[in-house]
Amino acid sequence: MLTGLRRIVKAGFVGFWRNAYVSLASVFVLTIALFVIGSTMFLDQLLTTSLNTIQSKVDINVYFVPDAPLDEIDRIRDAVTALPEVAVVTFTSREDALEEYRSRNQGNEIALQALEELNENPLGATIAVQARETSQYESVARYLDEQKALEDVSSPVIDVINYARNKDSIDTLTGIIAAVERTSFFVMIVLLLASTLITFNTIRLAIYTSREEIAIMRLVGASNMFIRGPFMLQGIMYGLIAGLFTLALFYPLLLWIGPETAAFFEINLFDYYMDNFQTIFGVLVGIGVTLGLVSSTFAVARYLRT
Amino acid sequence: MIYFDNVSKHYNDGRASGLEEITFQVAPKEFVSIVGHSGAGKTTLLKMIIAEDFPSAGTVFYESLDIHRIPRSKLPQYRRKIGTIFQDFKLLPHKTAYENVAFAMEANGRTDDEIAENVPQALALVDLEDKAFNFPHELSGGEKQRVAIARAIVNQPDIIIADEPTGNLDPIATYEVVQILRKINDLGTTVIMTTHNKGVVDEIERRVITMDEGRIIRDDADGKYVL
Repeated sequence: MLTGLRRIVKAGFVGFWRNAYVSLASVFVLTIALFVIGSTMFLDQLLTTSLNTIQSKVDINVYFVPDAPLDEIDRIRDAVTALPEVAVVTFTSREDALEEYRSRNQGNEIALQALEELNENPLGATIAVQARETSQYESVARYLDEQKALEDVSSPVIDVINYARNKDSIDTLTGIIAAVERTSFFVMIVLLLASTLITFNTIRLAIYTSREEIAIMRLVGASNMFIRGPFMLQGIMYGLIAGLFTLALFYPLLLWIGPETAAFFEINLFDYYMDNFQTIFGVLVGIGVTLGLVSSTFAVARYLRT
Repeated sequence: MIYFDNVSKHYNDGRASGLEEITFQVAPKEFVSIVGHSGAGKTTLLKMIIAEDFPSAGTVFYESLDIHRIPRSKLPQYRRKIGTIFQDFKLLPHKTAYENVAFAMEANGRTDDEIAENVPQALALVDLEDKAFNFPHELSGGEKQRVAIARAIVNQPDIIIADEPTGNLDPIATYEVVQILRKINDLGTTVIMTTHNKGVVDEIERRVITMDEGRIIRDDADGKYVL
């Protein structure tokens, strides 16, 4: 048993080495396939991060009238926070709003003077509401409108809800996000499928060149496992080497484009690569080894049927 | 040892080299030459013995074993009882002469010590000790065939099946191969060989089965090539 295993392993290594060109071609194609798969992973990360960033910049602002009672504001804030669609509610008190106004208009003497003239804080409190999905702003806004409609006209609490003003850009963004997610999913599936098929075919061709050998091995009484074993091992080696090649290829590439992605998408892909190296290593080498092993197993099986 | 009982083989594509109601037997330690024109069915007959081809009707036995009822998982064990030699040598191109012979033993599950002892002996028997570490493409036709013979005998099989073993060889290499096969037979191994070569058959002076269009038309105990 152990001798058989040792012979299979040795035959696998010797076969890999003596069929150097075929091995090289298989590793090359598998590397390209894994590179495509890895690139898809990084693109997906880029897309997800930038969509999250954009989403976090979208919100609905509710401006309260300056003399709105605090307990009313709290009530509305709590009610909004309790909505399942709502992710975050940020409260800005009158004082904070004033402070913010001052700091924003620092150096603008006229604006600050106007504020002094008033003798009192003209700004109301606000809450900024972020929904979990951009598509949910509609229903959050509807809820806030209802709250406003129910108010006593003589003593209103809510001054303005700015959803209507943001509606068009929120709708456009919702559409873009949905389209990007659909398209990228479709593209990823196609790329994954294509690279799997190309790898499978390359390894099949590599083993096709050995079909005579397989026939001879059967004639001298080699068991199926004894014939299949070295080819399976070679498939694993193709995957392992291609996985390591791909990881090595991504290192300088991401080091180079990392700062660019950080500036544009607010995520440094090189940092992401280094932080998640174990996972990326596992995924790329894992996919490579699985592809190599499964492809070679299927390819040899064809010549073992009698 | 080998029994053909009314064996017929018909190919759907209308190939001529089928078999028609073949019945004969081969005794242990016999040397049988099967002769006939191309397409007479000689190779089909040999393929039946190594379970590479299946009969349309009839049964082929090895001892009391119906060859074509051996489960697929047990075929390798059965094939290890038979050494095969082919016209086109069928050596593993990426293995040296030594490794080609050793492979048959490895496939057989033999130990490293046995391999280290028997492979050089087999190569010595075919007079190829000095070419042990050459690859097939570095050997002449006669040398390749001698490697194939060494591989066929190294597991000490019960039978040697040789399909046109001298078909690709020059007269000197042919003579050498025939001498080796005779030597193997003298040592007690049954040999079944197909050939076109009148000189080879006449020199061996053993049993000759003559085939034509899938039938046995002559079976002479002390035969000559008659066609």
